[in-house]
Amino acid sequence: MKRALACLMLLSAVLAPPLLTAKEAALMAEDPVLEKRVMALAHELRCLVCQNQSLGDSHSDFAIDLRTEMREQMKQGKNDDQVVDFMVERYGDFIRFRPPVKSTTFLLWFGPFILLVIGAAVLFISLKKRKRSVKTTPLNDEERKRAEALLGDK
Amino acid sequence: MVRYLKYLTPLVVFLVVVWFLGRGLYLNPREVPSPLVDKPAPVFSVADLHRPERQFSSEKMMGQVWILNVWASWCRACRDEHPLFVDLGRKNIVPIVGLNYKDQRGDALEWLRALGDPYVASAYDVDGRVGMDFGVYGVPETYVIDKQGIIRYKHIGPVTAKSLETKVVALVKELQQ
Repeated sequence: MKRALACLMLLSAVLAPPLLTAKEAALMAEDPVLEKRVMALAHELRCLVCQNQSLGDSHSDFAIDLRTEMREQMKQGKNDDQVVDFMVERYGDFIRFRPPVKSTTFLLWFGPFILLVIGAAVLFISLKKRKRSVKTTPLNDEERKRAEALLGDK
Repeated sequence: MVRYLKYLTPLVVFLVVVWFLGRGLYLNPREVPSPLVDKPAPVFSVADLHRPERQFSSEKMMGQVWILNVWASWCRACRDEHPLFVDLGRKNIVPIVGLNYKDQRGDALEWLRALGDPYVASAYDVDGRVGMDFGVYGVPETYVIDKQGIIRYKHIGPVTAKSLETKVVALVKELQQ
């Protein structure tokens, strides 16, 4: 019984929509447009303390501080790119869930396509080879008779 | 020869995959390379921890090699590494500046009284603004800053006797020459 209850509680905790803290709810009420913008951008950025969460999902102090900073900067009229640049300057590209395309991330972005091209080339060449190795030898009379017998006489 | 090569291919592919996956096991995901290394350290000026009416300005440290140690009294790992800094402070090799990060002044002072104060100066970063400029995300963090004010090394998490000696102190000595 206790166990079932615990399971139920756990399940409800997992399934429940993320609850806003009182402070966040107040901020949301104050300026919903700004808050939506903050949260949208925060979901694009990684929380470095709890690495598999975004700054938008995390309730860590680190994430709350950075969201506050983002909010301040947006209030000052900075656009999203400027806010992201501020974060990247301090925490590196790792803070972005979408890494930028540059020389060090070339393999990351294009590696799969390179592999795809190599795979297609290997497939193409081996298919061609196989086609060449199959020789067409015409049937002789005896073989033809056997084939006819097997296929049923007409 | 060519025949055998065909059978070797899966083995080679397998070994490459093993190498990549195996390497991943030994990487520390907490150690994110800081973009600030080899860049000028952010200049900051905040209240002094010991004397609230006075300011500590990082410009004062220009012209010498120094260590910035970010710590807080609420941070368990800081307690582990602290004796090492107390020892280093006694040796008078390099000035260590403490950056007290998002802490209560009373708690921080009590902590230093109990565990020793190796810092030539303590900056009080109550709201974590300075920490943010330094890209701090896991206290304790330790920075080595050279005579020109460039960050030369960043250590995330508690230093060990070995890492302090081989990475931090060795680099300090090299930079001091």
